[in-house]
Parts: sequence; C-alpha cells; structure tokens
Amino acid sequence: MNRSIRTRQRLVGVSLLGLLFYFSPILTLFDKTTEWAGFPISYLYLFGIWLALILLAAWMVEGRKP
Amino acid sequence: MTTTLIVVLSLGYLGMLFAIAYWADRRADQNRSVISNATIYALSLAVYCTAWTFYGSVGRAAATGVGFLPIYLGPTLIAALWGTLLLKMVRVSKGQRITSIADFIASRYGKSHLLGGIVTIIAVLGIVPYIALQLKAISRSFTILLTYPEVTMPNAADSLPLLQDTTLYVALLLALFTILFGTRHLDASERHEGMVAAIAFESIVKLVAFLAVGLFVTFQLHDGFTDLFDKAEAAGILNPLIVDGMDGYENWFSLTLLSALAIMMLPRQFQVAVVENSSEHHLRRAIWLFPLYLFLINIFVIPIALAGQLTFAGADVDADTFVLTLPMAYHQSTLTLLAFLGGLSAATGMVIVETIALSTMVCNDLVMPGLLRRWKQIPPNADLSQLLLRIRRGAILLILLLGFLYFRLAGEAYALVSIGLISFSAVAQFAPAMIIGLYWRGGTRDGTLAGLLTGFSIWIYTLLLPSFAKSGWLPVGLLEDGPFGIELLKPQALFGLTGLNEITHCLFWSMTLNIGTYILFSFWRTPRVNEATQATLFVDALKHQRFLGVGLWRGTAEIDELLHLAERFLGASRAQALFQAYATRRKIQDIKQLPADAETVHFAETLLAGAIGSASARVMVSSVTAEEPLGMDEVLNILDEASQIRAYSHELEKKSQELEAATRELKEANERLQELDRVKDDFMSSVTHELRTPLASIRAFSEILNDDPEIELIERRRFLGIIVSETKRLSRLVNQVLDLAKIESGRADWNAEDVDLLEVIEQALASTEQLFAERGTQVVRETPNGACMVTGDRDRLMQVLVNLLSNANKFVTEKSGIVCVGLHTYHDRYEVSVADNGTGIAAEELPNIFEKSRQAGTASNKPIGTGLGLPISKRIIEHLGGRIWAESDAENGAIFTFAIPKKTE
Repeated sequence: MNRSIRTRQRLVGVSLLGLLFYFSPILTLFDKTTEWAGFPISYLYLFGIWLALILLAAWMVEGRKP
Repeated sequence: MTTTLIVVLSLGYLGMLFAIAYWADRRADQNRSVISNATIYALSLAVYCTAWTFYGSVGRAAATGVGFLPIYLGPTLIAALWGTLLLKMVRVSKGQRITSIADFIASRYGKSHLLGGIVTIIAVLGIVPYIALQLKAISRSFTILLTYPEVTMPNAADSLPLLQDTTLYVALLLALFTILFGTRHLDASERHEGMVAAIAFESIVKLVAFLAVGLFVTFQLHDGFTDLFDKAEAAGILNPLIVDGMDGYENWFSLTLLSALAIMMLPRQFQVAVVENSSEHHLRRAIWLFPLYLFLINIFVIPIALAGQLTFAGADVDADTFVLTLPMAYHQSTLTLLAFLGGLSAATGMVIVETIALSTMVCNDLVMPGLLRRWKQIPPNADLSQLLLRIRRGAILLILLLGFLYFRLAGEAYALVSIGLISFSAVAQFAPAMIIGLYWRGGTRDGTLAGLLTGFSIWIYTLLLPSFAKSGWLPVGLLEDGPFGIELLKPQALFGLTGLNEITHCLFWSMTLNIGTYILFSFWRTPRVNEATQATLFVDALKHQRFLGVGLWRGTAEIDELLHLAERFLGASRAQALFQAYATRRKIQDIKQLPADAETVHFAETLLAGAIGSASARVMVSSVTAEEPLGMDEVLNILDEASQIRAYSHELEKKSQELEAATRELKEANERLQELDRVKDDFMSSVTHELRTPLASIRAFSEILNDDPEIELIERRRFLGIIVSETKRLSRLVNQVLDLAKIESGRADWNAEDVDLLEVIEQALASTEQLFAERGTQVVRETPNGACMVTGDRDRLMQVLVNLLSNANKFVTEKSGIVCVGLHTYHDRYEVSVADNGTGIAAEELPNIFEKSRQAGTASNKPIGTGLGLPISKRIIEHLGGRIWAESDAENGAIFTFAIPKKTE
C-alpha cells in the first residue's frame, strides 16, 4: 500500500464527508433563517463546509511531501 | 460608450489571447512547454465557469437564493475522486491516444464507429443550447454596454431582423477566431498547447473581473457583507433557505449530481482535463485548486444579487446582467469594461474549447467513418491532413451557427442558467457508459447504444421539446395536455410524475432508463472479443504502470505502408519526424530498418488515432496490414495480467526453491569435501609415519653395517634379515596405499563371477595357516554344508578374509589364542564372521575402526601392520553390495562380520 493509494482513499473520505454535510438531514439543522454574526446561518454553513472540504483535500494532497 | 470602443477593446482582448496562444505554441515546439504545470492545468479546468457562471449565477441567486450553488458543489465533491476516476480516464486516453469523449466511449466498447457517431450527435445537439447561452451573453452585454451609463434592457433578439442581430456577428467572429486558434496547425494532432495557455489566462481574467465587481459592490456600495444582509432583510429580499430556494431538497440533490456528472462528461472538460493533460501528476493539485477557484468565484454571487435587487428595485433590469449593470449604474467606467471583458473571456473560453472538442468529434467520429467507407471504392489523395483541417473548420462554423439558430428559436424564453442545465442534462447521458464502463467489464456496445439512445430520447422529449414549446415554436398544448391529449405522456410530468422541477424530472427519467437499458442490453449477450479486450484495457488501466495493448496484434505489415499511411494523415515531415523519434526510442538508426512488429503497428495506430480517432485508425491500419484475428481465449490470456503475474511469481518461487535446494546440496557437498580433505590429511600423516618407521630401521641397520666392517657375520646376518623384512613391510604398505587409491578412484578391476563363500574361506584359511601356526593360535571353523553362492570378485573376497584372519591373529595372545570363523545363512544374505579372544577394541575406537589412517591401539602398543587393511576391506565389501562391522568387548575379544547378498537367481 503506497502513499498515493492511501491519499486517494482519504480523498474518497472527503467526498463522503461532503455528501454527509450537504445531503443528509444535517443540512436541515442549518437551513434556518437565524443569523450568526450578521450572516444567515445557512450561508455560513454552506460556504464554511465548502472551504473546509477544499482545505482538507489540499492538506491531504500537498501537506505531506514525500 | 461607442460601438468602436467596445469592438476595439473586444478585438484587442481576443488579439491578446491569440498572442498568448502563439507564444505557448512556440514554446511547445521548443520543448519548453508553459502549460506543463499543475497550476496552469487547474486553471484551464476553470473553463467550466462560462458566461453562465459569470452572469447567470447572480441571476439565479436573485431568483432562488442559494440555487446556484449545486452547480459548483457537485464538481467539488467529485474532484475528490479524481485521484482514481480522472486518473483512470487520463491513463486510458494516453495509452490509446483518445481525442474526445466520443472516441472514449467508442473505444471502450470495441472501437465502434456507430457508438462514436451517436455520441457525437448527442454531444453536438446537447451542447448547442449551451453555445447559444454564450452567444446570448456576449451579444446582450455588448448591447447593454452601448447605452452606458444608462441601464436599459435590450429588446428581445428575435424581434430584430436576422442581419441586425449582433448575436449573428458574435457567432461568426467567434467561429473565425476559433478556427484560427484551434486549427492553425497542419499536423491535426489532438493537443493544443496554445489554446490551453490562453484558457488558463482567461480563467484569471474572469476571476479577477468578478472579484473586482464583488469587492466594489460589497465594500464600496455597502458596508461589507453583514450590512448588505441587513438591508436585504429589511427590504424582504433575503432568501437564505435552501429548501425554499430549491423547491425542495430533491432538486438540491439532483442538481448537484447533475453538475458532478457534467464536469466529467462535458466535451470541453474532457478536452482540457484528459486530452490536453500533459502529466498525470498535475491531477493532484487540480483536486483542490479547481474547487478553490469555484469557491472564490462564488463568494460574491449573493452580495451582487442582493445589491442589484436593492439598486434596481422596481426597475426592469434582468438579474442576469447585474454584474455588468451595477458598475454602470454607479458610473464606474473602468470596472464596467473589466466586467464586460470578464464576461467575454468566460464566454469565449467556453466557445473555443467546446467547439474545438466538438469539431474533433465531428471530424473523427462522424465524417471520417463515412469517408473511410467511400475510400474503399475511390482511393483518396496522398495528403489528407488538409482535408482533416477543412472538416474541422467546417464543423466549428456549423456548430456556432446551430448555436445561433437555437438562440433565435428558444434562447429568449429562458434564463442563462436554465439553458445551461438543459445541456448538462444531455451530456449526463454519457455518464453510465463512461463511468460504469470504467469499472464493469460486462458492458457491451449494444447496451451502451440502447442506454444512450433511450436517455437522449427522454432528454429531447422532456427538456428540448418543452423549450421549443415555451418559445412558441411548438403548440403549448403539448405541455399542458400532453401529446394527443394523453395526460400520462405530458413531457414535464411523464407518467404522472409531478412535484419536481423540469431538470430533476428529466434527470430522474433519463438516468433511470439509460442505466436500466444499458445494463439490461449488456446482460443480453456476453461481450465479444474486441469488447472484452477494450473492457480489460479500460477497467485494469490503473493496474499497469505502462499501457498494455501492444501484444494484442498479430499479423504481417510493411513499415513503408505504415509510414505512408501516417504521412497521408499527419503530413510527410511530421510523420517522418515522429517515426524517427520512435525508431530512436527503439535504438534503431534508420526508419526503414524498423521491424514491422506488433509494437510498431501499435505505435502507428495510436499515432493515427490522435488525428482521426481510434475507430478510424483501427480501420486504416488494418487496411494496410494483414492481421490475423486473435481468439477470445488468446486475448484474455494476454490481458489477464493477474494470471500472468501469478504464473510468473509461481515460476519465481519454483526457481528460488530450486536454488535453495542446490545451495543446500552444495553446502553438504562442501562439508563432505572438507571432511574428506581432513581425512586425507590424517591419512597422509599416518601413512608417512608408517613409512618412516621401517625406513628408519632400514637406515639404522644399513649404517651400522656400512660404518663397522668388523662386525660379526652372525650379527651381520641378523641385521640383513631385519632390513629385508622391513623392506617387505614397506613395499606391502606402498602396495596397499596404491590398492586403496585404485578402489577409491574406481579404477580397480573387478570380476563379477559366481563365488562359493565356503571355498573362499577354505582358501583363506589355507593361506594363513602358517601365520596361525607361528603364534600357536587355534582356529575353529563353523560353516554349513553345501555351496553358498554370491556374485563377486573371488580374489578381493580372499583379500578381505585374509586381512580379517591375520588381524585376529595379531591381537590374540601367543599360544592361547582362538580364532573362530563362522558363516550364517539368512534369507537374502550370508554373514561371515571372524571372532577372536584377543584384547578387543575400546568402545570409543569402534566407530572409526574402518576409517583409513586409524589403527586400533595407542602408539606404544601399536600392532604391526599398515592400518590400511580394514579400510580396504570395507570398500571391497561395500563395492560388492554388502556391509562390514565390528563388535567388541574387553573380555571376549572382537568379532568382525561382513554380510554379502545372496546370488540372485
């Protein structure tokens, strides 16, 4: 099992995490009109998770140099 | 702003793109590629963001809140899978020189011309609305810009006469530009480095322009995000609920799925992500950098939409134009022009790559098969590379004009995003054939054909026809009452399915039936040889470091014919250069000396595949070679790499076991040799010792005789007698050493005769009678009557027996010694024993008694003898197939026994 296969599998995990946050009832918990720090909470949730997923993927791909 | 300013600016921008492309092409020719870079690769993927993104996202956000997001979340989620999915597509495509998505699907299902053609038609028809969208965006932004700073919406384009429609000129200009851009080269190869460089540049331009407008709107016009949200909420236009904006979560899900499929299936994405990819390593960065790009270009979508709605409240301004009209409304001339350029770059980037990709498909998968059929009757001209380019140029023009036609027919009825989604739904039909085909070997050409045609028909019926109906080109009754008044067949509520938006509705029915028929028809029959071959090459693509496929051709070919064929499609100089490079790679000086083997044929075929598509290349190559068809079993044997590796490792294992065994044997042999060497050394020293003793006494007595002439006669006689007997002993010793050496080396002469053991015993006793008499030893004989026949050498057996008898005589006490000779018969052998009542042999000496150089007894009471008698006896008996051993205890003397097998009857 080399490093690149492990990275691939971790990235699949990122994808599954995204599915969980965007397409499960978790989404409805944040699909509300309440505001948080002046932002509608749904916007914060959608964009926040998005950025987190991207950074997670970036860290997996680039973070640990061979 | 004047028309001239805008036209000059637009042309100037296009000119700059052209310069970048030219520069990148030059660099590529010098082998200093600018696009061989992971960041450039990721940026070129951002051709995904078209005028739809640039203008349309804001329009959709104004209407649906977060409804624009699924289009970007889908690609983000699937990008994480690129490490396997896209890598596989890239690896397969590099190996087979696949030039388009049509080529990919055709190759996967056995290089089928029919499939390639169908995919091309679906792609062209499906993408036409998308191109219309770009034309619409450019022409509208252009018209709006003309009235700067007055914000007015242009009249519907279809109300204008054809020749006054700016969109027509935009289409023609883009066609010209794309032709110059993508088909300048004469080599008609599938890669366009200049284009990729220009696209990457455009991605930067559109991102910068959009961010500039976003920053202006958010931080210049308003006090940041929260201020904007507060004002929007006060105005009652803030719509942050996902479930509201999307009309339910199922639409949210289906749009994400649709865009995830589209990012893989759009012809232009396939072009930049797979065909133009210069290294597999670039994929890694794209996995996160491309989603990051999407994230950045979407941050300001909601603020711009909200600000637009606040600014133009009550006015008739299309939300699709906010990116342009907001800077206009606030008299920001530079920012307005930047926004216009951003929109222009987004649209041109898409049009250029999409039409080049589509024109390649039209040329390779639609026109070429037809031409090939015609060429069977009429042989073509020598140089076909010009013809290829002309076909591609014609295709580009045709596609853009089709786009214009759709725009005239249906473009005004829809917002930008809705048009784009129609195209997404069309190309999504490729997904089952592509993605399932990459992981499942069972898919067949028939299944793919059925799936594609079914899915595409549903698309036409549920999305394309309604778009014409809404534009008034088909009766609206079709939508409201269904065809012929059949409610169940209403295009937007097929089989009574309601409650979904039209895209989700189409996606559900088309995908279900597409996948269903694909699998059903694939199960109908087992894959044929060429389907199974290609299936294995695709499915196992990641298992091979190097692309397999070379071994899959068998036949005869001429190198001249192959070169000639390549010259016709690629041009003479380029074909020669490529063949030369290939020859050099194979360490062959001259092209003519290249062997026309499977590898060369494979090389020529992939070379052609780059120019005319894999299915056509296969046909062309087989027209100049005599190919022997491979059987299914052969192909599977070649391809079943797993079994190859298993067989190989099994062989290795066997080899290593053999090696281990050999090593073990060698080690044992070495130990034996060392032991023998040691024995030989001992033997030598013992023999020399034995030789020295008689020599010393001979010398001593000779010296006495020599030095003293006065010596008495009687003394002299005694001395001479000793000398004589010592000399005899010496020569006996030498004879025995020679004898042993002879037996050991196998040079001894052996007679194989019938021997009666009793006779041998008789003779041996006779010849040793004198010895026994000298020491007064009594001899007892216990032998049966009758003959005891064995096969052997009489003299040698005599030698053994005499040796044993004389040994026994040496060890018994003088006058009171008894030696007993016995013979016992067993069912398979005779045992002859010689027992004495002498001093016996110490227990620790017994095991070594038959080794040479060992003689029982210590140096002081050493009996007379050479010490070689027993070793010689042992070898003789063993040679005759028997064995010899000794038993002893101190009181009762020793028993020597040898066993000899009976003579076989």
